[in-house]
Amino acid sequence: MRRILRRREIVADDWVHLGEEAADGAALIVPLVELRKDPGRWWQWSGRLGVRLTPVDRVEELAQELPRLDLVAVEFPNPSDGRGYSAARLLRERFGFRGELRAVGAGVRQDQVFLLARCGFDALELAAGEDAEAARRALERYDVAYQPGSPQTAIRRQRFFA
Amino acid sequence: MYRYDELDQAFVDQRVAEFRDQTRRHLAGQLSEDEFRPLRLRNGLYIQRHAPMLRIAIPYGLLASHQLAKLADIARRYDRGFGHFTTRQNLQLNWPTLAAVPDILAELASVQMHAIQTSGNCVRNVTADHLAGIAREEIDDPRPYCEIIRQWATLHPEFTYLPRKFKIAVTGSPEDRAASEVHDIGLHLARDARGDIGFTVLVGGGLGRSPMIGQVIRDFLPLPDLLSYLEAILRVYNRHGRRDNLNKARIKVLVKSLGVERFREQVEEEWQLGRASAARLPASEVERVRSFFRPQAYETLEDCDASAGREPAFRAWYRYNTRPHRVPGYRAVFVSLKAHGQNPGDMSCGQMEAVAALAERVSFGLIRTTHNQNLLLADVRQSELYEVWLELARHQLATPNIGTLTDMIACPGLDFCSLANAGTLAVAKQIQERFDDLDYLYDLGDIEIKMSGCMNACGHHHVGHIGILGVDKHGEEWYQITLGGSANGFTALGEVIGPSVPKCEVAATIERIVEMYRTLRAEGERFIDTFRRVGLAPFRESAYATHPAAA
Repeated sequence: MRRILRRREIVADDWVHLGEEAADGAALIVPLVELRKDPGRWWQWSGRLGVRLTPVDRVEELAQELPRLDLVAVEFPNPSDGRGYSAARLLRERFGFRGELRAVGAGVRQDQVFLLARCGFDALELAAGEDAEAARRALERYDVAYQPGSPQTAIRRQRFFA
Repeated sequence: MYRYDELDQAFVDQRVAEFRDQTRRHLAGQLSEDEFRPLRLRNGLYIQRHAPMLRIAIPYGLLASHQLAKLADIARRYDRGFGHFTTRQNLQLNWPTLAAVPDILAELASVQMHAIQTSGNCVRNVTADHLAGIAREEIDDPRPYCEIIRQWATLHPEFTYLPRKFKIAVTGSPEDRAASEVHDIGLHLARDARGDIGFTVLVGGGLGRSPMIGQVIRDFLPLPDLLSYLEAILRVYNRHGRRDNLNKARIKVLVKSLGVERFREQVEEEWQLGRASAARLPASEVERVRSFFRPQAYETLEDCDASAGREPAFRAWYRYNTRPHRVPGYRAVFVSLKAHGQNPGDMSCGQMEAVAALAERVSFGLIRTTHNQNLLLADVRQSELYEVWLELARHQLATPNIGTLTDMIACPGLDFCSLANAGTLAVAKQIQERFDDLDYLYDLGDIEIKMSGCMNACGHHHVGHIGILGVDKHGEEWYQITLGGSANGFTALGEVIGPSVPKCEVAATIERIVEMYRTLRAEGERFIDTFRRVGLAPFRESAYATHPAAA
């Protein structure tokens, strides 16, 4: 079973992605494009439902449906594509999403997790081959920050926080 | 100048530890070159033609004596005894070894310095007017705002992986000495009707492959909104800037494709929606940072004519290499890094130490770097200018050519840079040799030459009165010449005169161009003004004439 980093702990993943083996009633993550293709089917899914956004999906389009979702996954196809950081802050700060916000994809590496957590991700599905223990430690690389951010890291002091 | 508090020091120390670990993993084969690249770039480290190149940040160009002495020490111990000052007011070392870079960064952190975000697709070193705080006509000192922006941008969680690099310049004077209109964001300090401080905001300027001049998207942004507005601009860019084509990824391309009006609407909408959660700028924080940039403890003095009765060499230096100061009895002194026979912007560690010691004695222990690749001692008593001149001359730092044709900007070019198409240093030497006669240089007056070894335009060639761009033609180095560019005040992009010229012809071509200027100029008219009056045609004709006499 896949292990993920959730709120600074390494845990077994209790979600599956569409395309992976999913028992009836499983917690399922469906790409936004699939949700749009067949909304009737997915909104009646027997288990918890999450949506996966690609870098080009606009989070605004999901705003109305967020209260019905338990999870939003934001895809980072590589470490240099930073669009998902903006998506995360918008989901948390503008649209008030309180469910699990999960970073997924080949770009989710130990050298990115600190920034991801600061933007509001509370779950990190690491890229294949990443050392989960090293990634957990990387959340504590900094204990100071210049910007306000979500409390998923070990920050003890930040500068611009009125 | 700004001094680190416990937060700043902890941050740079932790940054060094992080990079030490990343370098270790790379050298152990756990991080491939592709994986390591974006990490090392964000710590200023390039892998260049001969060796790694480390670009050290000098925030808005301000250095303390002990910091410059440390840079000399690093250049001596980890490099070949010299460094290169850049148009972003930074310092580049060309020969460090990869394994030593974490140690160099630790040395920098010990004197409150770093190399963070001097490269990579993130917010780069914020630049400012080199006469900040001492210019007579200044609205406000831009440096506190640069420092606030520096901190806000440092490892910003949302904006560390932008589509492309992002450059911000802040100016506080009516005359733009920071080339702010060719930055991704240019901020011009202004006051509203009540006298409160704010900024005129320009966006979308930039050089490189498709040069553009920045456009105003907000006439007046109140100071407390500075960070929330920057976040709005960066967020629109981060989400919508192109990522499919490196050459179209700068914000200028987004601004152009949307049109400035639509871009402004998007920013304003984002700003209104996002203000509540954007980074805030409390007045107490502004005051804290401002307190580091209070005027020096100047003596009460009167202006005097320091050049009266002195020898002609000193008088020439005084005229060209010093500038007025808003406080009577003081003057600002350029340290020329444009000695003929030297690479523009290069400085040996011996010279760095001499200037560090001199600044300690005569200029409150502070040194500035300029975007023209010189240094500046900002606060020198007029009564000490002669002694300062002697000391600078002893170290070949008093070439009286500031503002003249040989005070040229040049990137390191093909000799060092792996992006370059052509060399710049040999061409710079060729120009220095041809224009070695000071009286001739003075007769030509204010002419700016800016030279880049490739389209990336680190040497700002588009905005040189005379721009030189190195191009590769079937494996040979050729040079395209532009005329009429300018970056201070009336920002303009130079026009190409015609076909590029071979390497051996560059200085001769420039001589024919400036000879035409001498023929055409009205009494007291600067080169750029003559060009604007008569246009390109006569210069084009003269540039390609085989014999100067025929032009």
